[in-house]
Amino acid sequence: MSKIRTRRRPGAAETVAPAPLPAGEVPVVELRDVSKVYAGGSVGLERVSMRIGRGEFVFLVGATGCGKSTCIRLLMKELEVSSGEILIAGKKLSEVDRKRVPYLRRNIGTVFQDYKLLPNRTVYDNVAYSLQVIGESREEIRRKVPDILRLVGLSTKLHNYPDELSGGEQQRVSIARAFVNHPPLLLADEPTGNLDPETSIGIMQLIYRINRTGTTVVVATHDKEMVDKMRRRVVELRDGRIVRDEQSGLYRPDESTTEFAIRLRGELGVGDEGNPN
Amino acid sequence: MSFGFFFKEAIRGLSRNSAPALAALLTVLLTALVLGVFIPIVQATTGTANEVRERVLVNVYVAEDATKAEREQLAAALERTANVKSVEYVPKEQGLKEARRKNPEAFGRGVDLLGANPLPDMYRVVPDDPDGVAAIVDRLAPANADGVREPSLAAIDEVRNKEEDTEKILSATGLVKILTGGLMALLVFASIALIANTLRLSIFARRREVEVMKLVGATNWFIRWPFVIEGVIVGLMGGVLAVMLLTIAKETFIDPLEDRFALLAAPETIDFPLLIVVLLIACVAVSAAGSAITLRRFLRV
Repeated sequence: MSKIRTRRRPGAAETVAPAPLPAGEVPVVELRDVSKVYAGGSVGLERVSMRIGRGEFVFLVGATGCGKSTCIRLLMKELEVSSGEILIAGKKLSEVDRKRVPYLRRNIGTVFQDYKLLPNRTVYDNVAYSLQVIGESREEIRRKVPDILRLVGLSTKLHNYPDELSGGEQQRVSIARAFVNHPPLLLADEPTGNLDPETSIGIMQLIYRINRTGTTVVVATHDKEMVDKMRRRVVELRDGRIVRDEQSGLYRPDESTTEFAIRLRGELGVGDEGNPN
Repeated sequence: MSFGFFFKEAIRGLSRNSAPALAALLTVLLTALVLGVFIPIVQATTGTANEVRERVLVNVYVAEDATKAEREQLAAALERTANVKSVEYVPKEQGLKEARRKNPEAFGRGVDLLGANPLPDMYRVVPDDPDGVAAIVDRLAPANADGVREPSLAAIDEVRNKEEDTEKILSATGLVKILTGGLMALLVFASIALIANTLRLSIFARRREVEVMKLVGATNWFIRWPFVIEGVIVGLMGGVLAVMLLTIAKETFIDPLEDRFALLAAPETIDFPLLIVVLLIACVAVSAAGSAITLRRFLRV
C-alpha cells in the first residue's frame, strides 16, 4: 500500500507556493485566522488565513461541505465570522456597519450556481438593475448595458425573460450583471455547477477575460477538469481548513488510474482502507 | 433615483404579481366596506345613548317659605356648582302644565279637586357629565351622619334626581358605549391584521427577489420604496372601490329610509364625506406601513 501512496509522477510533486505579495501592496482579500461556526455547532471554516493580491485568479476547491461557499458568503458579509478578521482592500469587514453593507457589495461582483436573476425582469433590466442601484444615470445605463451584454454574447436576447434562456445564457446574464460596473473583486460560487462541460468552458472563458482586465477573481468550484486545465492558483479546503495553496495547481495532486481505483474501492468500503495521498 | 423609477418599479411589481396583489386589494376592499358600515352604526348607537343620558337631571325644589333674597342666592349657587351645564327655573305654574301633559289622569282632575297647585317652584339642573350627577346632589344636599340629606341652603326644600331612573340610564348606556367601543376596536384590529397578513403573503412570494436585490448592493430603502408605493396603490384602489360601493348603498338603501328610522337620522353620525376621507387614509396608511414593516424581515440578508 505505502508504495502506491507515494507520488510516482515527477512533475506533479513540484508544487509552488504562491508568490508573496510585493511589499507595501494591500491584498484585495485577506483572511486572518478566520473561523466560522454555524449556530448548531457545525464548523464552516477553521482558522483559515490567506492573502489574495490584486489581479489574481484563485480557485477554491474541495468536496461539498469543505467551506468553499462559507468562504464566499463571508467575503460578501452575508455571514459574520465567528472569530478572526477578513479584510477587503485593507478594510476590516467587522468594521463595516450593517447600513454600509450595500456599498461594500457594489464593489464585489457575485456569480452563483443558481444564477440568482430577477425573474420578473428582462435580461436588459436585470443587468440595468445593478446600475440603477448605484444611482447611475439613464444615459449611462443605456450605453453600458448593451455593451456588456454584447461582451457576454447575449446581444440578441436583451428582451427575453430569464426563464426563456438556457442555463449557460442565464449564467452569462449574471456575469454581465456582476461585471457591469467593473468591481475590483469578482466572487463566483460554483459558476459552472449546473452546466455541461462545453458551456462551462464558455463561462470560464468569460470569467478569465474579466480577470485579464485586472479584476481579482475568486472561484469556488469542484469542476476538476477546469481547474486542471487552467493551471491557476489553487486553494484546497478540507473540513474547513486549508490543506493546500499552490501557485498553479491541479484540482488534486496528480494521481494514476491505479491510485484512483484504489481510492474508489476504499471509499466504497470494498477492500482495504484507501486513504488518498 | 427618482420617484418615477420607484413608481415604475411598483407598477412592474403589481403587474407581474397580479394574483397576490389582487388578494390584497380584495382584503382592503372588504375590510373598508365592513368598517364603512360599522363606523356609522357604532356612532349612531353611542349618539343615541348620549341623547338618553342627557335626560339625567337634578330637580331642586324651592322651599315654600323662601324669601326672594334666598331664592336669588340659591340660583347663583346653582350656577356656580361644578359640573353644572345649565340651570332652568320652572315656576310651579309651568311645572303643573308639564305634569298635566305627561299624566293628564292624575294631574288633570286631581288638581282641580285640590283647588290649588300642589307643586313647588323648582330649578331644573342639567349636569355636564351625567356620571357626575351624584356629586351635584351631594354638594347641594350633603348627607349627615344618619344618612339623611340636609339642604345646604335655606331656600332648598329638597334635591332629587329620580335616582332609580338615573341609575338605569347610566348603566344601560354605559354598557352600550363599552360594547360598541370594544366592537369597533376589535374590528379595526381585525382589519389591520387581515391586511398585514395578505401583504405578508404577497411579499413572502417575492423574498427571493429581495434577496437578489440585496446581493447586488441595493440599500434597504431602494428595495422598500417600490413595495411601499405598491401598498399605497393597492390601498388606494381598495379604498376607492369600497367608498364607491358604500356611496351606492347609501344612496339607494339608506337615504330613502332616513326619515323612517330614528337611528339613521341620529344627530351625531359621522359626516359621509369625512367617513370617506378617514377610510381612504386608513386604507392607504395601513397598506403602505404593512408593506414596509413586513419587508423588514426579508431585508436582513
